[in-house]
Amino acid sequence: MNKRLIPLIVFLVLAVFFAIGLTKNPREVPSPFIDKPAPAFRLPEVGNPGKTFGPEEMRGQVWMLNVWAPWCVSCRQEHGVLMQLQAQGVKLVGLNWKDKEREAAALLARLGSPYLSTVDDLDGRVGIDYGVTGTPETFVIDKGGIIRFKQTGPISEEVWKEKLEPMLKELAR
Amino acid sequence: MIPEIGHFALILALLLALVQSVLPLIGAQTGNARFLAVARPAAQAQFLFVVLAYACLVTAFLQNDFSVRNVALNSFSQLPAVYRFTASWGSHEGSMLLWALILAFWTMAVSVLSRRLPEDMVARVIGIMGLISVGFIAFLLFTSNPFDRLLPAPPDGRDLNPLLQDPGMVLHPPMLYMGYVGFSVTFAFAIAALLSGKLDAAWARWSRPWTTVAWTFLTMGIALGSWWAYIELGWGGWWFWDPTENASFMPWLAGTALIHSLAVTEKRGVFKSWTVLLAITAFSLSLLGTFLVRSGVLSSVHAFATDPARGAFILGFLALVIGGSLLLYALRAPTMLGSARFAAYSRESLLLANNVVLVSALGSVLLGTLYPLFLDALGMGKISVGAPYFNAVFVPLMVPVLFLMAVGPLTRWKGASLPDIVVRLRLAFAVAVVAAVAVPLAAGEFKPWVALGVGLAVWIVYGVALGFTDRLKHGSNLLALPRGFWGMQLAHLSMAFGIVGIALVSGYESQRNVKMAVGDTAQLAGYTFTFKGTEAYEGPNFHAARGHLVVKSASGSEFTLRPEKRLYNAGGMPMTEAGINYGVLRDIYVAMGEEIEPQVWTISLFYKPFIDWLWFAAALMALGGALAASDRRYRIALKDKATA
Amino acid sequence: MKRLFMIGVTLLATQVLAGEAQPVGEDPQIEQRLNGLAEDLRCLVCQNESLAGSHADLAEDLRREIRDQMKQGKDDKQVVEYLVARYGDFVLYKPPFKPLTLVLWLGPLVFLLVGGITWWTVLKRRRAQPEGMANTQARAEAARILEGKSE
Repeated sequence: MNKRLIPLIVFLVLAVFFAIGLTKNPREVPSPFIDKPAPAFRLPEVGNPGKTFGPEEMRGQVWMLNVWAPWCVSCRQEHGVLMQLQAQGVKLVGLNWKDKEREAAALLARLGSPYLSTVDDLDGRVGIDYGVTGTPETFVIDKGGIIRFKQTGPISEEVWKEKLEPMLKELAR
Repeated sequence: MIPEIGHFALILALLLALVQSVLPLIGAQTGNARFLAVARPAAQAQFLFVVLAYACLVTAFLQNDFSVRNVALNSFSQLPAVYRFTASWGSHEGSMLLWALILAFWTMAVSVLSRRLPEDMVARVIGIMGLISVGFIAFLLFTSNPFDRLLPAPPDGRDLNPLLQDPGMVLHPPMLYMGYVGFSVTFAFAIAALLSGKLDAAWARWSRPWTTVAWTFLTMGIALGSWWAYIELGWGGWWFWDPTENASFMPWLAGTALIHSLAVTEKRGVFKSWTVLLAITAFSLSLLGTFLVRSGVLSSVHAFATDPARGAFILGFLALVIGGSLLLYALRAPTMLGSARFAAYSRESLLLANNVVLVSALGSVLLGTLYPLFLDALGMGKISVGAPYFNAVFVPLMVPVLFLMAVGPLTRWKGASLPDIVVRLRLAFAVAVVAAVAVPLAAGEFKPWVALGVGLAVWIVYGVALGFTDRLKHGSNLLALPRGFWGMQLAHLSMAFGIVGIALVSGYESQRNVKMAVGDTAQLAGYTFTFKGTEAYEGPNFHAARGHLVVKSASGSEFTLRPEKRLYNAGGMPMTEAGINYGVLRDIYVAMGEEIEPQVWTISLFYKPFIDWLWFAAALMALGGALAASDRRYRIALKDKATA
Repeated sequence: MKRLFMIGVTLLATQVLAGEAQPVGEDPQIEQRLNGLAEDLRCLVCQNESLAGSHADLAEDLRREIRDQMKQGKDDKQVVEYLVARYGDFVLYKPPFKPLTLVLWLGPLVFLLVGGITWWTVLKRRRAQPEGMANTQARAEAARILEGKSE
């Protein structure tokens, strides 16, 4: 082979990588928690600080931990979808992330709550334990308390139909 | 009306670029003199129409025409006029139009300054640059039209990103683009040589000044970007190895290797295919940078609003231009071998070694920049490659380059005596070692990398001095020495200054983050900072809290710093303006953090020793480049033609 | 007179109250370690900024976490492990040396090696090659004719 073809070959290989790279999002961070146990916590409930909640209470059930905040615009987008999911019997627990203005309770009262329980992570410590970088993020957790999937960004109808619904059905078996 | 004129001018420019490329290239291939003659006028006409287009865009900005989408997204009625002007290149579309404008400018310059070149060569060069223009203007018209209307027009704009509202913005992008795009000239020369099959020393002599000028602009552009980051970002950093910074540094590394390779090709007629490959590489890296910053493929502070569709267009264009030229290289390069010999120890062999290391460094920066993309594309997860990697890899690679910098210029062409040079440089080595040990100790703490940097800097200075004494031995005086020689020495000398600055600031800078209430004092590096509180003030498009700090040095001298925390009206984005006291031996740098209680602020204090030596080094380097490019031997032939 | 006295007392009082600025964190040693470490960690919500330089909310939170961990006596390695367990290798600006990054870390050495071999090869070729191929061929041709040899 003509060794002067090497630069061309190197470039073509790079070009292939670039083409693939165009389909990727460099800012999406994969979660290191997939197939690992959901970190434990015990937080007060929103609007009911005397009562606390922890993920071990959901053992034996398939559920989703939805990290949201009242100041998060994308969370409003997915709120409607979440309400539908609740109506279908999907078990959702909300993590109210860094709600400094204490608006969560009022908001849920006004718009309706899709959650079995909403816990208050005021300083964001539990969020850090789960590797949360923004809202909304949703963790799919199986009967044994293992995280199976992390959805970054709002749950749309397509995301539910194509990714989450089949997954929850599978895990429920 | 005016935006439509601009749009129309751009369409005409595209047509002219097509004429400018197709006819002359065919003419050069078939020997058709009429087609050849089309090149210059077509290039000049294209330039005029791109200028017209750009003028229309600038007018829209200056007149606050928010019915133009680009103006609405990037400008604001309260924005000072100078920033409304620079906002014209503050967006993806605007900066692409600037690219096209500067490309047209360089082509026009070639058409005017190449009277003594063979007509077929000129035609090929202008034709190839025309093809690139076609690509860029087509990209603008089909995917990134800066003249798109936004109807109904909003009452006001979204404002220019406050980070860009800085004097650095006035110069940094144009300088950078002059550099990037300037490499297209040498690229075109290289392709023309491959197409014609002729590559000789004359070709190298024609290409050199164009390369050196482009390289000089790129040097200034990068330095301005670094200085701007230092002033604007509020944490005293000046180089982050961000993908966009790397995208500008890689063409610079290739350009530096190219300049050195061209020297050998001009002088001895060898390394022709290396030179051609480097010319293709330098411009390819410029194009690659354009792709990386606009396609969303890499994450960077600097990235424009990303759009994979546009990214695909640019990638296609890249494949054509770079793939095509590398294919041409593979087919044609073997026919151009030079025949000169040189000894194992000679300037040629040292320059080759220099370029091998420079290209390895270039490869390493490319590898580090693209590695996260490689892994992600292969589905192997996401990692980050940042400053620790690049510093660990790049700095050691530079050591041989800096070492050779003193030896190369003192070594004769074709063959030299190694024992002789060892004897000549023995004293230099000793002095360098002494300095390497003494300076860090004097600064307070011995650090190996600082010592190495100082030692290499002294080594280089000695080499430059020896170079001068050699030349002056033969009776000439300093001012009579050729500009090419002065340029080389100054550029090398500037590296010495730069290394010292980098070594000392990296080794001995210090920082403190403190909470200050009015009247509180803080100590750093022998300086006492007293916080006198803040006052509110209104800027043209922001309101700010301006801090007042009185700083007293250990020797008793005193100065005031006024860092600001600004809140921009349009976007609500908070910005820090650092308060900087510049000095030859150190900068004192203060940035306001947050007001945690009324009149109690978190403030960051920085002591940056010798950091201004960096910017000085860059200025000196640019001066060296300008001198080298204006050497008599490039201008004499012009004069001959004029008198002939 | 009384007013002057009051002004004097107030001035004196403010001088006494204004004092040495408090560092943002209480322990300068820890702050030093924090800054050093944070410079090599990535701000996860920024477009490529370090944890040290970023003003983002999450960056503030993470710096607070690191400070707390250091106060608890954890060393740099443990703090890094804590963050990597939660955010993956993405949070490290210095890529760890493992099979996945072998090419990355060894690449520069390979480039240099290949470059060195190329340099050596070119040098040998340029030393062995006679001045102009044409001359060699012509000489060989002439030698053949003179000696009546065939090739």
